[in-house]
Amino acid sequence: MTDVLLESQPDLLMDLDRREQGDVRTEEMLVNMGPQHPSTHGVLRVVLRTDGEMVLEAIPHIGYLHRCAEKIGENLQPFQYIPYTDRMDYLAGMNNNQAFALAVEKLAGIVVPPRGQILRVIFAELNRIASHLVSFGTYGLDMGAFTPFLYAFRERERILDLFEAACGARLTYSYITVGGVHNDIPEGWTDVCSEFLDYFEPKIPEYNNLLSYNHIFVKRTGRVGVISAEDAVRWGLSGPCLRGSGVRFDLRKTMPYDGYETYEFDVPIAQPGGTGSIPRGVCIGDCWSRYYVRVLEMAQSVRIIRQAISRLTEGPSIAEKVQGKKLPADETYVEVENPRGLLGFYVRGDGSAIPSRVKARGPSFCNLSITTHVARDCLLADVPAIIGSIDVVMGEVDR
Amino acid sequence: MTPESICKILKNRFGEVIQDTAVGGARPYAAIRQSDNASWPEVARFLRDEPLLQLNFLRSITALDFLAESKLACVYDLMHVAVDQGDSLVRPQQTWGFAVRVVTERETPSLPSVADVWPAADWHEREAYDLMGIRFTGHPDLRRILCPDDWEGHPLRKDYAYPLEYHGIPGTTEYELTNPYH
Repeated sequence: MTDVLLESQPDLLMDLDRREQGDVRTEEMLVNMGPQHPSTHGVLRVVLRTDGEMVLEAIPHIGYLHRCAEKIGENLQPFQYIPYTDRMDYLAGMNNNQAFALAVEKLAGIVVPPRGQILRVIFAELNRIASHLVSFGTYGLDMGAFTPFLYAFRERERILDLFEAACGARLTYSYITVGGVHNDIPEGWTDVCSEFLDYFEPKIPEYNNLLSYNHIFVKRTGRVGVISAEDAVRWGLSGPCLRGSGVRFDLRKTMPYDGYETYEFDVPIAQPGGTGSIPRGVCIGDCWSRYYVRVLEMAQSVRIIRQAISRLTEGPSIAEKVQGKKLPADETYVEVENPRGLLGFYVRGDGSAIPSRVKARGPSFCNLSITTHVARDCLLADVPAIIGSIDVVMGEVDR
Repeated sequence: MTPESICKILKNRFGEVIQDTAVGGARPYAAIRQSDNASWPEVARFLRDEPLLQLNFLRSITALDFLAESKLACVYDLMHVAVDQGDSLVRPQQTWGFAVRVVTERETPSLPSVADVWPAADWHEREAYDLMGIRFTGHPDLRRILCPDDWEGHPLRKDYAYPLEYHGIPGTTEYELTNPYH
């Protein structure tokens, strides 16, 4: 793979000696990283087979947060299961609610009123910004930059305030529910939201100056953990991890749901180093590209929310008589584009109100499975860079 | 590329192996005849490599338990993801999905692994083995993934008995035993 990359991007040769400098081999040693390691973002344990400073193999061990959420889904009615979906990917609760609600709606034939759909888009995109802000901040922490984290959380607080005003919760919302959204937004909410967008949009260039173009940060993440586009598809990567490898794939464009086809937005993907505002020293598919795609996506989410607010119509925000509705003896599989990638729910009904099978396909789970393939023959210090760039939320990996 | 046309291509190529395609329902899929389960990797490779289909992205593997019929099943959800698109935005008609169902006996559940066709299947198959107890022959590293290695039973089976204790930790209270849906 290195040869292919070298041909397409000859300036990669420049940095090759960096790897050789670190290549001091002594004897093999097993290092246990996690489950309580700060850079593993939760309870991920990675067993590293090291030789001096080189990592020969990294094997992730997961399951520390396993609650068998799928079994719980077989014992509850869909609207009762919504709060459990929050606890899977706890940084993107809105998007998780939306995925499960969409699956149940498709199975039971529930139609969401237009206002409900627009509100869903607003909250899903706000949550995408909030989730990317956490990813941006903690990735800076992983790479030794403390300040961006504080800036990211300052902005995230304001989003959480907006969520609190709408549904009363700051982390596990259960706001988007089967049939629409739980309550309508309070009066004046859209003005506060627009105010936040006006405040937030100019901050994105600030983040780039703070972290994205920081020389040390680029050195730590550029050309580290390179995933080719073919490998990304083969391993089932999605979201910023897939787009960071240069594949322009976004479910909001290819299989739109909740009216995403009517919004104007771009799907940012990785660009080779040295083009436009992309610094030299990075390449398509490396940790920096995965990180940068998230920063670019925040600006697109702002665009979508602005359009959604402008078309917000009066009317009901939730369909009628959805609680206790019987599910037909059929099955469905629905995916949404969550901040981390494709979140899918398989729901199977048996004629009663309780589904007979619920299965969640988590994006972090699939994205994490490539770790062994990527974190191979790299430096020990590159492992936190690679894991951080995948942006896993262990609550959803272990479900 | 509609599921109906994909089913037709599959039937032309594999004949009787493809069975009971529930086309027309809310969710069309193709089923592999149970006696021909061994040919599933071959079908999988065809689905991935056939220029017309190019289902190169494995979205999910869902293991199902049919207690009444004494069967277990796996549903493979596939999708096409175009790698070379240049600068054009992907339009809805440029991608397509498909699902395949493979059924096995409940007493000795065993299916051929497709981890060499789609590497993404590696962890999905381990999950199906862990939670539903389906053995995947030819899998490179088939061990439990979410539950501890010494866990007993497969939790997603419909007749799974809740453990009373695990290494001295009480697992189920008296109340929960008498009220399973509390």
